[in-house]
Amino acid sequence: MMTCRRKKMIVNICIMIFAGAAALMFLMPTVLTIANSFMTSSEISANYGAMLSNMTEDNKVFISENVNLKFLPDSVTFSQYKSVLLKSPDYLLKFWNSVILTVPITLFQVLLAILTSYGFSRYPNKFKSIIFFAYIILMIMPYQVTLVPNFLVADKFGILNTRWSIILPGIFSPFSVFLLTKVMRRIPVSYIEAAKLDGASELQILSKIYVPLCKGAIVSITMLVFIDYWNMVEQPLVLLKDADMHPLSVFLSQINTGDIGLAFAVGVVYMIPTILMFLYGEDHLIEGIMFSGGIKG
Amino acid sequence: MNKKRKQCGRQGERLFSNLCVIPSLIGVLIFFLIPFGIVIYYSMISNPVTPQFVGLDNYVNLFKTVAFKRAATNTAMFSLISVPLAIILSLWLATLLERNIPGKSIFRTFFLSPLMVPIASVVLVWQVLFHNHGTINQIIEAFGGQGIDWMKSQYGQIIIIMMFLWKNLGYNMILFMSALAGIPRDIIEVAELEGASKFYQFIHIKLRYLSPTILFVLILSLINSFKIFREVYLLTGDYPYDKMYMLQHFMNNTFNSLDYQKLSSAAIVFSLVMIVIIAVLLIVENHFGKDVE
Repeated sequence: MMTCRRKKMIVNICIMIFAGAAALMFLMPTVLTIANSFMTSSEISANYGAMLSNMTEDNKVFISENVNLKFLPDSVTFSQYKSVLLKSPDYLLKFWNSVILTVPITLFQVLLAILTSYGFSRYPNKFKSIIFFAYIILMIMPYQVTLVPNFLVADKFGILNTRWSIILPGIFSPFSVFLLTKVMRRIPVSYIEAAKLDGASELQILSKIYVPLCKGAIVSITMLVFIDYWNMVEQPLVLLKDADMHPLSVFLSQINTGDIGLAFAVGVVYMIPTILMFLYGEDHLIEGIMFSGGIKG
Repeated sequence: MNKKRKQCGRQGERLFSNLCVIPSLIGVLIFFLIPFGIVIYYSMISNPVTPQFVGLDNYVNLFKTVAFKRAATNTAMFSLISVPLAIILSLWLATLLERNIPGKSIFRTFFLSPLMVPIASVVLVWQVLFHNHGTINQIIEAFGGQGIDWMKSQYGQIIIIMMFLWKNLGYNMILFMSALAGIPRDIIEVAELEGASKFYQFIHIKLRYLSPTILFVLILSLINSFKIFREVYLLTGDYPYDKMYMLQHFMNNTFNSLDYQKLSSAAIVFSLVMIVIIAVLLIVENHFGKDVE
């Protein structure tokens, strides 16, 4: 009996150590980025100079020095951040580009999804389930497919090379409708019946029952939509030829050739909004992911 | 009288719930479904200016294009390797964290964190790791091995598979954890009483109950695997090494040359492949998932 329990404990400790190590590895790239952002630019060029010279003079390979990944800066400095925030308006502009694309898409996609999902889950009928199935198919389609219709429409409406060409299709993207409908379908009918007996109108049922009950899911969907568009690369490359309008996510791939010293700080600035969201809404996010399971349900 | 009014009210409510779907439906029609019809049309004509029906010629041309073949092969290879890996590893992690170990929720947070970290922010770290004179090669060389120039070799796909797993394992793991928690306790207990081994329990009981979740994770990972272009683009820019040339690279180049025919037929081929895959998966799921319910 004792040995059995002991064996179990040893197994659990081993698993804990292993899972802990794996979990730390998952955290590593983020932590390294943050740690490196506090280095002076001379320290960064000393460590990553080899990478830099390789990249600026593409075809010649004459590196003797190694690239050294450093965990801790020799001395903590905010000089990188100062340069990003005060001396290089370019990064702030690109950051603003990301905001102005991502925020309207997220906000309106989620608001529209609340209305649409309510429509799909209340009084289901054959028509609606066919339309919902079309939404699922559309959601599964990768960008490589949906960008072609988006491009044609943008061209037709004359909004190609404007932000609208990304924002408008983004608002109508079916992802959040799919998730939210699944959550709303689980609301017990008895709640709604009770509210109706009390004389609630449909609009009140939507705002006083559906929305509060789905609050966690709505927070979670907002986070997932936000991070997806915060990461966007495909749409701007195809729909925005003018590089001045590109979001930071695209711009960061070009920064490496130039000021490598700033790259880490820019990266950290770029992750602040999503990290804050994660810290604030982690429980909602997990709950929302759990609800999303099962394509049919 | 009263009854009639009630029915009338119900009718109004039905109408209201139907109206709620309309705005979204109009948007989807304008931005996705109707233009998709035009894409089908474009894929079968000679050119948009003086259209002439050419049947499947564009498709034949597409399959003769070297760049398309390379992009499709690379993308298919990547998905074929990374999607099963993502499922197996996340299921394994979920079963590990199913045990009662301390610090479980912190581990869960750590595994989930890459989901909320923008790829662009951490891409430099990945570049440092996999650079020709970077960390991984230094480790390999310290053990007497021969370093590889990862980004420019046939092993380039390994980098993007790792980035893919890093980003997506947490999400899948949460899905599996919630599915594992949903398996009825009594069935497991009966199996234990009857002396079924842990392995037997896993294969014959848990996998059965997990099958809808496995299907969902499979589809989700498949969708995400087509978004890997982001990582590749941020790592290598417009012109990656051959092995990292993905479908989205091909599409971008075709967009730049405004070759609507090729673009449209590629989109149609891609969507057909996706529909077939999803249909097969749903059929398989129906077949296996039946006896659980």
